Amino acid sequence: EREYKLVDYLDQTVIHFSLNGNLIPKDSDEGRRQSIRSITEAGSHWCVFSQAAGEGEGEEEEEGAGDEAAEEPEAAEAAEPAEAEEPPPPKGPEKKLQNQFNFIERASTTPFNPLRERGCQSEPIPSLNFSDTVRQWDIYDAYVEELQRMEKAKEKEKSKPQAVKKEEEEKRGARKLSHVEVQYVDPITRVAKAAKIAERMVTLNTFDDIAQDFKYFEDASDEFRAQQGTLLPLWNFQYEKTKKLAVTAISWNPKYKDLFAVGYGSYDFMKQGHGMVLLYTLKNPSFPEYIFSSNSGVMCLDFNSEHPHLMAVGFYDGNVAIYSLRKETSQPSYKSSAQSGKHSGPVWQVKWQKDDMDNNSNFFSVSSDGRIVSWTLVKNELVHMDVIKLSAEGTMQGPEGLQLQTLGCGTSFDFHKKIDYLFLVGTEEGKIYKCSKNYSRQFLDVFEAHHMAVDTVSWNPFHLKVFISCSSDWTVKIWDHTIKTPMFVYDLSCAVGDVAWSPYSSTVFAAVTIDGKAHVFDLNINKHEALCTQLVVTRKKNKTTHIQFNPFFPIIIVGDERGLVTSLKLSPNLRKMPKEKKGQEVKKGPEVEMAKLEKLLSLVREPKDKA
Amino acid sequence: MEETEEEKKDEADYKRLHSFPLIRHSDMPEEMRVETMELCVTACEKFATNNESAAKMIKETMDKKFGSSWHVVIGEGFGFEITHEVKNLLYMFFGGNLAVCVWKCS
Repeated sequence: EREYKLVDYLDQTVIHFSLNGNLIPKDSDEGRRQSIRSITEAGSHWCVFSQAAGEGEGEEEEEGAGDEAAEEPEAAEAAEPAEAEEPPPPKGPEKKLQNQFNFIERASTTPFNPLRERGCQSEPIPSLNFSDTVRQWDIYDAYVEELQRMEKAKEKEKSKPQAVKKEEEEKRGARKLSHVEVQYVDPITRVAKAAKIAERMVTLNTFDDIAQDFKYFEDASDEFRAQQGTLLPLWNFQYEKTKKLAVTAISWNPKYKDLFAVGYGSYDFMKQGHGMVLLYTLKNPSFPEYIFSSNSGVMCLDFNSEHPHLMAVGFYDGNVAIYSLRKETSQPSYKSSAQSGKHSGPVWQVKWQKDDMDNNSNFFSVSSDGRIVSWTLVKNELVHMDVIKLSAEGTMQGPEGLQLQTLGCGTSFDFHKKIDYLFLVGTEEGKIYKCSKNYSRQFLDVFEAHHMAVDTVSWNPFHLKVFISCSSDWTVKIWDHTIKTPMFVYDLSCAVGDVAWSPYSSTVFAAVTIDGKAHVFDLNINKHEALCTQLVVTRKKNKTTHIQFNPFFPIIIVGDERGLVTSLKLSPNLRKMPKEKKGQEVKKGPEVEMAKLEKLLSLVREPKDKA
Repeated sequence: MEETEEEKKDEADYKRLHSFPLIRHSDMPEEMRVETMELCVTACEKFATNNESAAKMIKETMDKKFGSSWHVVIGEGFGFEITHEVKNLLYMFFGGNLAVCVWKCS
């Protein structure tokens, strides 16, 4: 029929699809029954999961669930036999409900710190072994000994009654401590010897190239320079406390070839301060081995050849002292004083003599007060004896018509090597007196040597008649003591501070001038000029004051005004031994040296004789 | 009779004379030494018959005072060879016939 039919009730909702599901709420009775059942069954929790997963929506979920479902039966089978044995397995783990979105579980772990073992161990506690055996008689013996010792101590104390001690003893009663005491030694002193050796090794390493030069370097260019030589600078010796002092004396130790002493003081009349004596060794140029200080400037020093540990020192204030290297103190062992006859002027030179008949060491000193004094070490005291007074020629008219003897001022002296009593004295007036120890009033001879003060006189170590003198009048003169006029005169165009003969050749000597130059002469090679003139000190206005040859090694040391001591090696040209004809061996020995010099002197002498 | 009397006197003298503590060897510092010695004397006098208890007392007191670990030997005749920490050894005689050796070694 083509009319609209009236429907009674029309729902607003239209059902398009309906499905009867079989989800049971967990908490309902049926749900609980089911879950219990599922747990008790073997592998049942997987089934529960599969049920829950199966109802999930979404394709991927279904796929994932499908995978899991596939895995689970396997796992379930594996788990079944295992779980059958176990007591009721725990409730299934509550799985995360998968959501419809793309759920990706992402896990991360913190960086893995590998475990490391680190241990440390402290120093083991120092321990010592100790062993002993004790028996009854040991104990008895020990007690007896102790009692005896106590009795002896008591006797000693009775002889020196001391009330305090006795009281103390009584207080202590019978308790006495043993006499075995452990000494506590300062650890530094125990290391002292090792430290010294280590210091030497370190300096040797530091100055290694210098040490090599010292031993082995020979200037090859000397072959080309026939008549000239060079001085190779080696070590410099400096000490901070002596930087303001001038080197006033240098002396080598007769026993130890590398030890030398340097005296420090001041030549300046106005600036007089303290003085020092330092002993250096070539093995350690960085620090002196021994240090002695004094109130007054040191002017001269000398080693005793028989007792190489004794050093005689003369001071600017006129005192003399003896230092002993064996003692630890920096004070002199023996010292003169105003009562014991010190000089009234600076002591310019001291020289040891042979021990006298009582085996007492004695030395001579010369000073500006015109006295030459002999000091003898008698029973720990210095006893002086005036040997000679340097009276200048002529007398002066004093006040009230008195005739006064003027005294010359001695500035240097030297004793003859062989003839014991013979010695030379140089004075400030430029004269050189030849004196004998036996005559105290008169000189044997006078040489009109120089126009200014004679700084050094020195006998030739080989030739018995020859001596050399140098002076501030710029000249160095060589004399034969039997002849009044000098054999050789050298004008060095600058005031000469010091001159020294070489110990190995009778014709070689060296001189230092105030301008810092060292001159080395060899009469055998060149009678008129120096073989070597070399600037030794580099700083301007630094005067070189003293020079000494080392008796064993071919080196010289030069001291200057700033407390610096420089050591230099002589090049081969300077140490030539005279060449005899080919085929003949070079003879060595003092006779040869003497003959050498004699030959030279005779050349000079003859024309004079003739004239 | 006289002789035996004299002998007894001698014995008594000997015991009197020889009972002071005599240190045979020690490298302890002064204070420690004095303290330890007095402790030993006290212990030995207290436990005159029992060396073990005396040693026990000494050892425990030393442990408390100076740290572990101490060893003590008391006896009348024994020989020993020990390793001890430096400055922690005392070896002394006491009572005329007892020797005590105390040392520390951990």
